[in-house]
Amino acid sequence: MPDISSPPPRLELRGITKRYPGCLANDRIDLSVARGEIRALLGENGAGKSTLMKIIFGAAAADAGELRWEGQPVTVRDPSQARELGIGMVFQHFSLFETLTVAENVALALGPAAGDPRQLVPRIREVSKRYGMALDPERRVHALSVGERQRVEIVRCLMQDIKLLILDEPTSVLTPPEVDELFVTLRKLAAEGVSILFISHKLGEVRALCHSATVLRAGRVTGHCDPREQSDLALAQLMVGDAEGLEARYPKRSGDKVFLDLSQLSWRNPDPFATSLHDIDLTVRAGEIVGIAGVAGNGQDELMALLSGEECLPLQAARIITLGGQAVANLPPDARRRLGLAMVPAERLGHAAVPSLSLADNALLSGFQQGLVRHGMIQRGKVSAFARRIIERFEVKTPDMHTSARSLSGGNLQKFILGREILQNPKLLIAAHPTWGVDVGAAAAIHRALIELRDAGAAILVISEDLDELFQISDRIGALCGGRLSPLKATAKTQTSEVGRWMTGQFDTAANAADAAPTSTTY
Amino acid sequence: MLLSLEPRGQQSRAMLLLSPLLAGALTLISGALLFAALGNPPLETLYTLLIMPISDMYGVTELAIKALPILLCALGLALAFRARIWNIGAEGQLLVGALAGSAVAIQLIDVESRWALVLVFAAGVAAGTAWAGLAAWLRTRFNANEILTTIMLNYIALNLLQYFIYGPLKDPAGYGFPQSAMFGDASRLPILFEGTRLHVGVFFALLALVAIWVLVQRSFFGFQVKVLGLDRRAARFVGFREKRLVWLALMVSGALAGLAGVCEVSGPIGQLIPQVSPGYGYAAITVAFLGRLNPVGILFASLLMALLYLGGEMAQMTLNLPLALTGLFQGMLLFFLLACDVLILYRLRVKLPWQRQFVATPVAKGA
Repeated sequence: MPDISSPPPRLELRGITKRYPGCLANDRIDLSVARGEIRALLGENGAGKSTLMKIIFGAAAADAGELRWEGQPVTVRDPSQARELGIGMVFQHFSLFETLTVAENVALALGPAAGDPRQLVPRIREVSKRYGMALDPERRVHALSVGERQRVEIVRCLMQDIKLLILDEPTSVLTPPEVDELFVTLRKLAAEGVSILFISHKLGEVRALCHSATVLRAGRVTGHCDPREQSDLALAQLMVGDAEGLEARYPKRSGDKVFLDLSQLSWRNPDPFATSLHDIDLTVRAGEIVGIAGVAGNGQDELMALLSGEECLPLQAARIITLGGQAVANLPPDARRRLGLAMVPAERLGHAAVPSLSLADNALLSGFQQGLVRHGMIQRGKVSAFARRIIERFEVKTPDMHTSARSLSGGNLQKFILGREILQNPKLLIAAHPTWGVDVGAAAAIHRALIELRDAGAAILVISEDLDELFQISDRIGALCGGRLSPLKATAKTQTSEVGRWMTGQFDTAANAADAAPTSTTY
Repeated sequence: MLLSLEPRGQQSRAMLLLSPLLAGALTLISGALLFAALGNPPLETLYTLLIMPISDMYGVTELAIKALPILLCALGLALAFRARIWNIGAEGQLLVGALAGSAVAIQLIDVESRWALVLVFAAGVAAGTAWAGLAAWLRTRFNANEILTTIMLNYIALNLLQYFIYGPLKDPAGYGFPQSAMFGDASRLPILFEGTRLHVGVFFALLALVAIWVLVQRSFFGFQVKVLGLDRRAARFVGFREKRLVWLALMVSGALAGLAGVCEVSGPIGQLIPQVSPGYGYAAITVAFLGRLNPVGILFASLLMALLYLGGEMAQMTLNLPLALTGLFQGMLLFFLLACDVLILYRLRVKLPWQRQFVATPVAKGA
């Protein structure tokens, strides 16, 4: 009998199971969200969060289990039916047309019934004002920041009669002030009775926002709890089972001689919708870790490409980047590696490693200048020995070195890639998002390896979106915003709030001061 | 769509290796059915097609002669295909190789020194290399798709060949037939066994086989080519030079095709004729894939392909079957191979019409 005093939950899942070839993504998952509740769905990458959301949103079908909407069993066959029910979803990767305006994008999503874009403009203004999301409906999407684009996605959901809003890792693309603004909006929505499912793996945010949390691990529910009453450690243990090294603190160092020196690096991106770099000055000393914060898309990829040699500057600009005093800006990657550079790019598969090749071959991929090739022939014995050393030293969990890179978990592959670079005894290691999508145990191991390398006297540059991580491991810190680099400060002498401001572009650079007369040349 | 393909969670290595054999078996079965439908006794026809040509020693040497140009072309193609450089131009590279070799040989008819043969071969190989180099230049300089350029270069090569045979290279004492004069003995490849046409070209083929095997399996160049084919971004990341690899892979490919061409004219044919190649360069594409781009696999695949050529002629002579049979069998073989591969990598799902399709939505990272 339904109890009048407590209405049925808005959404209730019972025993949802979804199997993909070779993996059980969801295993008998129970979950319920009440009216006006903000529920977190916590879990590491690969825990099954996104699969579950796709089932709720009708983008995938469950193999077994029941879905109840306001007490009634329903089958959500496709996203349009989900929208009719009042379910809205904001994906991690936006689906917006860059060359269209905000209003046109909203009109496209809502269909012809909603009227033409011009009629929608006042309604968009009204909704965005009501929920405190500043948004100009007539601007084109390519001119919007990432945070603004996310607002477009949310507003698009709010234009309909929304009852359940699903957000998939919404904060991963936002700066701290933008996160705060988003949370204000979400609380307001919840207060009006909208239920919210908030997918994340960031414990601090979940605690700050959510009323309740469901924790997933390897496709199963490992606990329901009130995140406000749980410690980070307890939540992390639910998420990963083992939380060793989560709270490690490392002593800070000040570094030795400058090894990497970038002076007035400006680079014009041929892609008009991507970021160009402006007047970047950066030094990294031997024996220190420099961290660069910033939301993705603010020039990190471009900076990485120019540092690695995937993008080269012309010969006359060679001195803009120097390694140990040697001009390298015009040199290809292998030449830079010979001078002691090692790189861990952000994307593991398809950039740092070839998915279908074995670990041994992937060891050879960047390690070929370590005596693994003689007279043009691959020295298989040495390649195997190198791969074995990586696997043993960095505790890579794999059946053997002939396993393909693709079949390793993210954390294990990242340990392998980092190990491959570290065992080449680099004088400078540059790592982008070294622990992205990596479980806590592997992340701690990666941090320890970086610190060890620093203490052995290498210069290290870490580019990451994870501020906590940067504060934990880096000795000096700065932030990229719109292709400009903030001044660098000793990590001990700054706070998250200051770096957060840098991430939104609130900093003075020498170039800004001497605005009128740009001295550097853009390449 | 009623049918959809789902990637299989685990790929079976054994099945991937067996796939060419499976394709061969399916080709035989469909061939037998086809013959039965045409009113020919299936087993007897298959016997004529596949066993009769090699039932004596002479037949076996003929098989080797036929397999030689296919093998040479396919070895070169395998290298290019591994880098995902789709060189469809082995045919043209073979033809210009034959043409250039012949042009030199005709100047040297009266020379008796063995150096004549060296010059003839140098010209043939250089021409094949240069022809492939044209495609490499168009690709690296203008980013022109090599599939299109190599196909077009095939037609140019064929027309060049015909121009020379009907024009400057035509034998003045040949009663106007479109063919060159016979080469001098010094420009001919020596015969290995008396009474057969088997020539020392097979040693070139074996040498090329070993060289390509080493290049592909053991050398760092082969590794770079493979990485370039699998993942251009990773290749760039570690500093492999894409342009240089494209040039080298295409030029090795062209050199071997040119060698095949010059082997034909200075070996079994002995002069330049319009029908230097019955499509060896195209057959080599099938052979390269049938052999899984692996030199040893390619050796067997080229023998099989040569057998189809011989068997097709045999069936035409003894059973009055059309010569198009060869092409038909080649086509079926490639078709079955690709089909087997797809079904080994993917599982077929039948979607019944009353089950609604799910609308594709952006897939979030970190699933």
